[in-house]
Amino acid sequence: MTEMSASATQIQRPDLSGKRLKRRYAAEARFRLYGLIAVFAALGTLVLLLFSIISNGYTAFAQHHIALEVTFDEAEIDPTGERDPQVLRRANYQGIARSSLRNAFPEVTERRERRALTALMSGSADQTLRELVMANPDVIGTTQRVWVKASDELDSFMKGHISRDVPESDRRIKDRDIVWIDQLIAAGNIESQFNTTFFTAGDSREPEQAGIWGATVGSFLMLFVTLVLSFPIGVLSAIYLEEFAPKNRWTDLIEVNINNLAAVPSIVFGLLGLAVFLNFFGLPRSAPLVGGMVLALMTLPTIIIAARAALKAVPPSIREAALGVGASKLQAVTHHVLPLAMPGILTGTILGAAQALGETAPLLMIGMVAFIVDIPGGFTDSATALPVQIYLWADSPERAFVEKTSAAIMVLLAFLVVMNAVAVLLRKRFERRW
Amino acid sequence: MSLLILAATLLLLTLAGYYMGRGRSVAVSGGSTHRLHSRPQYYGVYVALWCGMPSFLLLALWLALEPQIVEMILVSNLPSNILELSEDQKALVINQITHLALGGIVGGNITPEMEAAARDYAAMRQTGFAAMAVLVLCIAIAGLALGRKRIATTLRARNQVETVVSAVMIVASTIAIATTVGIVLSLLFEASRFFTKVPVTDFLFGLQWSPQTALREGQVGGSGAFGMLPLFAGTLLITFIAMCVAVPVGLYSAIYMSEYAGPRMRAVAKPILEVLAGIPTVVYGFFAALTVAPFFRNTGQALSLDVSSESALAAGMVIGIMSIPFVSSLSDDVMNSVPQTLRDGAYALGATKSETIKQVVLPAALPGIVGSVLLAVSRAIGETMIVVMAAGLAANLTANPLEAVTTVTVQIVTLLVGDQEFDSAKTLSAFALGLMLFVVTLTLNVIALRVVRKYREKYD
Repeated sequence: MTEMSASATQIQRPDLSGKRLKRRYAAEARFRLYGLIAVFAALGTLVLLLFSIISNGYTAFAQHHIALEVTFDEAEIDPTGERDPQVLRRANYQGIARSSLRNAFPEVTERRERRALTALMSGSADQTLRELVMANPDVIGTTQRVWVKASDELDSFMKGHISRDVPESDRRIKDRDIVWIDQLIAAGNIESQFNTTFFTAGDSREPEQAGIWGATVGSFLMLFVTLVLSFPIGVLSAIYLEEFAPKNRWTDLIEVNINNLAAVPSIVFGLLGLAVFLNFFGLPRSAPLVGGMVLALMTLPTIIIAARAALKAVPPSIREAALGVGASKLQAVTHHVLPLAMPGILTGTILGAAQALGETAPLLMIGMVAFIVDIPGGFTDSATALPVQIYLWADSPERAFVEKTSAAIMVLLAFLVVMNAVAVLLRKRFERRW
Repeated sequence: MSLLILAATLLLLTLAGYYMGRGRSVAVSGGSTHRLHSRPQYYGVYVALWCGMPSFLLLALWLALEPQIVEMILVSNLPSNILELSEDQKALVINQITHLALGGIVGGNITPEMEAAARDYAAMRQTGFAAMAVLVLCIAIAGLALGRKRIATTLRARNQVETVVSAVMIVASTIAIATTVGIVLSLLFEASRFFTKVPVTDFLFGLQWSPQTALREGQVGGSGAFGMLPLFAGTLLITFIAMCVAVPVGLYSAIYMSEYAGPRMRAVAKPILEVLAGIPTVVYGFFAALTVAPFFRNTGQALSLDVSSESALAAGMVIGIMSIPFVSSLSDDVMNSVPQTLRDGAYALGATKSETIKQVVLPAALPGIVGSVLLAVSRAIGETMIVVMAAGLAANLTANPLEAVTTVTVQIVTLLVGDQEFDSAKTLSAFALGLMLFVVTLTLNVIALRVVRKYREKYD
């Protein structure tokens, strides 16, 4: 009887809330889906970014070489026969390299054609031959098979960046070049080799001779200056603000100021460096010293904020125990609080350094965009930095620089990944929960 | 090089001072160090400070002032026919003389007087350096001796050392203030020089931006127009596009991360999102120029729209992607700090999770979210590399996101990269733009930080 009436009332009840509930649950599911889409959109762009960089850049780690049958004619290289290094250095290797390539194509006789043929070879072929002879003068008088760098156009063509299907007028590699390249391939005279130049050379106008070593050295000289300045200053001011400073207007001002400084656009720091360091103090342009000083001012707030957080995380009982056994306030901090806070401070410093390593805009202001071939040897030499090198190459019209740019980005990102991994490890390894 | 040797000698002396002071204190106490006021190390540091501080300060002072003083003497000794030249030419001659003195190769006509001046100059610098080196070393040794002599069992070495250390800490903490003051002063100074050439009202309200000024008198088309409105309009357009990307994506991610995602998803996805903030902006710039801009241009062509290859859309989109973590991570934190009791109350009334979020959590977290968006806006306004690589150069007063616009930061970079002359309105205008940029971003930051802070205090 009771069961009957219960089911009867259920049937009779108008189903209003059920419909609304369905709508509300649908809204719930939609809302949740939007969130999920947003997360995956953000992750997707990251993947797309990395994919576009890597797919453009991985080819730059290899470089095509051409094999030449080079006859090191004694009469041409060393007419006196004394093997004097001065004489050996000055021989016409350019001519030797060119004639070696021409000899492989005896049918090419017309002057313009011959010039087009030798243009397949990099302008650095003479250096390769010179180094070979200087290292081993015994090759003089013999015929050797020597691998020299191919030109950037041939390299791009072999890597598939220049398609055969494009009309001839639209590509840098002409039809006759393709015929020669096919002959070279058939004879096994073109080979892809690991591109050591990319890691050992400075900048160059010729893509196949350009490398990132100069920029890397510049970046690390700068980073050294940055850390030497910003780490002690940052830690000292963090200790003062956190442990010693009285709470008054002045320290409030410093605190607000540090937080604001952390959000000032980086280019403004560049303007500061230009106006104060270069124009007022007359420091040299393009020098890692000045770049490091500007970046130090920029990373200082990051380090101070991180160091203060690390110091704050050390429980007051540690300080009180030290003070209780008769330590002075400074002793309590330097002997006990600071060592305990150090992992946190170092983590913040490494993250600040990573940020400084990727910074470009302020360096443009202080003249680090110059075209610099030499590897910088000191803090006041003209230098460029890895991100600036990326910017410079990204502006270059040659197709081959696109892959160099992407490869340089990959190297930069690798440095950043390593630094961040160290920071994470440091945090994981030494983090203490009190 | 000799400077390096001098500095190394000073360092060695300082180190010697430390050991000397420590040893002396032990000797003074007669072997029982508990009779000393401080521990022996403090006596060591005490002597080292006496030895190192004055000498290094003098060295720094000399390094800062020497070039100016020597140049002043050089100028005062120059023959009258050079002194009568115009400022520019005089500066050139002085430059040539200093280069000659360094043994460099100098173009232009070198008179015997200049050669003599160069010799004098080189000699002066050499004597100056030698005299300074001797003086600095003397001071260091005198300090060493004095510090050592003052050591006694009653000397409060620790207190004195601590006074010095806290002074150093105070100086270090004012460097942040000094940086801000330096930024403001240098921008104000250079901008005021600019405003003597171009009226402030022309700069603030002008609708034309073409900073080419005439190099020679009477050159055609070189009057120059310095109206910053087109630049700010371009900046705002790009920032608006960026926020159209960053705010929805960032906010929804933050909501999902803080309210829905399980701990495992959070542990994986949150750091990956933060990676977006760690990628250097030059990389985003390359991505924008290489991938995003051509994509929009090709899509536009397919839809028969005329999309510029340096469209505001591409640059804005990529800045938006870059700003996602700024919005999401701070909003996430703020939403996490909304007390659970508020949510529980809403659930108890029968609200679904999304209703709770929309009607309880978001309103409670709104100040923090607004603050995070303002911070992201200020970043987007100050962003440089992405727009330098992906936005246009020509000032273009338009609201069409498919056209190329230029921004304040792009103009600062183009005006200051390469050769500059520091008396032309063209170069100085970069500093005026920098001042505007600084003022705008500072205002946004101050508001944002205040909003966030006020909110934090409410629930902490």
